[in-house]
Amino acid sequence: MKKNYEAIVIGGGIVGCAVAFELAKRGLTDILLIEKGYLSSGATGRCGAGIRQQWGSKLNARLALESTHIFEHLEQYTGYGQSCGLQQGGYLLVAYTEKEWAQFQENLKVQQALGIDAKALDLQQAKEIVPFLNTEGMFGATFCEKDGHANPFHCTMAYAQGAARMGAEILTYTEVTGLRTQSGRITGVETAGGDFFGADLVINCANVRAPGLAKLVGEDIPVVSERHQALVTEPVAPLLRSMVMSFHRSFYVQQTPHGSFVMGIGPHEEPSFNTRSSWKFLEKNCAVICETLPLLRKLNVVRQWAGSYDLSPDHIPVIDEAKRAKGFYSVCGFSGHGFMVAPRIAILVANHLTGQTDDLDIRTFSQERYQKGVFLLEPSVV
Amino acid sequence: MDDKNIILCRCEDLTREAILQCIESGCRTIDEIKRVTRAGMGPCQGRTCRMLIAQELSAYYKVPMEEVLMPTFRPPTKPVSMGVLADACREGGAE
Repeated sequence: MKKNYEAIVIGGGIVGCAVAFELAKRGLTDILLIEKGYLSSGATGRCGAGIRQQWGSKLNARLALESTHIFEHLEQYTGYGQSCGLQQGGYLLVAYTEKEWAQFQENLKVQQALGIDAKALDLQQAKEIVPFLNTEGMFGATFCEKDGHANPFHCTMAYAQGAARMGAEILTYTEVTGLRTQSGRITGVETAGGDFFGADLVINCANVRAPGLAKLVGEDIPVVSERHQALVTEPVAPLLRSMVMSFHRSFYVQQTPHGSFVMGIGPHEEPSFNTRSSWKFLEKNCAVICETLPLLRKLNVVRQWAGSYDLSPDHIPVIDEAKRAKGFYSVCGFSGHGFMVAPRIAILVANHLTGQTDDLDIRTFSQERYQKGVFLLEPSVV
Repeated sequence: MDDKNIILCRCEDLTREAILQCIESGCRTIDEIKRVTRAGMGPCQGRTCRMLIAQELSAYYKVPMEEVLMPTFRPPTKPVSMGVLADACREGGAE
């Protein structure tokens, strides 16, 4: 294989694969994508798979809205031969406190101003969407029918294969362990196997490992790794078209097109790279979700797993060029919603790197915002 | 019966041919095959197909069986109802 490329992308999750695809689409096809495991083996393949536009911050709502438009035709967009499994059955966000209900009204204003078709529902209307919903203790709900979920493995493969068809090379089971610089510029990457690949442009899409890589060139990114767990049940006949989600009780649950239910709860933990499952999660998750959806008590859990959120201080992504290694870009800090915003983020990054204009300002995502004290804070996360 | 129509993953109804197609398109591990085809994601969680797929990988890549990377074995191993788990939590749960 070649030793020098125009660009190297580190990380074979949806962000890295989408960035490679968008760069190639813009004519920058001499790309090497390096992945430590296999494609989607990290956070992407472990995520809850949700695609939601009902965000509280304008920035996340816009990223998700414009990404949804791509998910709606990702197969044609990338030339993928299989289905990416998008199901737009909506997200039903339920409010359990007065304060949360007030926040939802604020969020709706943000969403509706962007043209997102989200609306407030009373409890009777919420039950029309999910007839077996236990509305006890709820104040109300909001609903956006264009929200939904897709298959993270197939979406990632769609981008990766699309990029490969345009000329990108993909190297799996290879870990980047070193970065080389010269006169303040990136010159290439070193791998665990002792290889060196040269490039003047390196895009670090390694999720929770991104801050560690950036540190190698003296960049401190305040993004930490936090374990989140999920589980899946046996498949049953279609029962639930919409994702049901609560921030107050911190859970989400959806039924995949395959019939299984995927769900998780979001207790905050100390930062770690731990991706092992815990039995405590299994019990707590079932207790929380069976309270809101008692019908699910009969479902059998077949598997649980864990993954990592790359948490940024304001739950908004960080995109930055390293000060002491020009040409080295980090794209991380997705805080648990990287899957659903990856299509738009990749376009933004690729437009910037190929000198094309974009109506989103990439500087908004610079971590300089933390030094300036300008937090873009997202209020609505699980 | 045609050799290729042999079912390797009974839970997800996957033939040997479907698995071979995956391997021929570049999948190197059971994990990769699992994510693209759902092999091993059903009620038995790969107890039946795991070693059968490992055999196919071993034969295709000409590596001994023990060198075929096993996927992570994920709890709860046997299907358990959400109600049983929810009640266990209410009764104090695991610590």
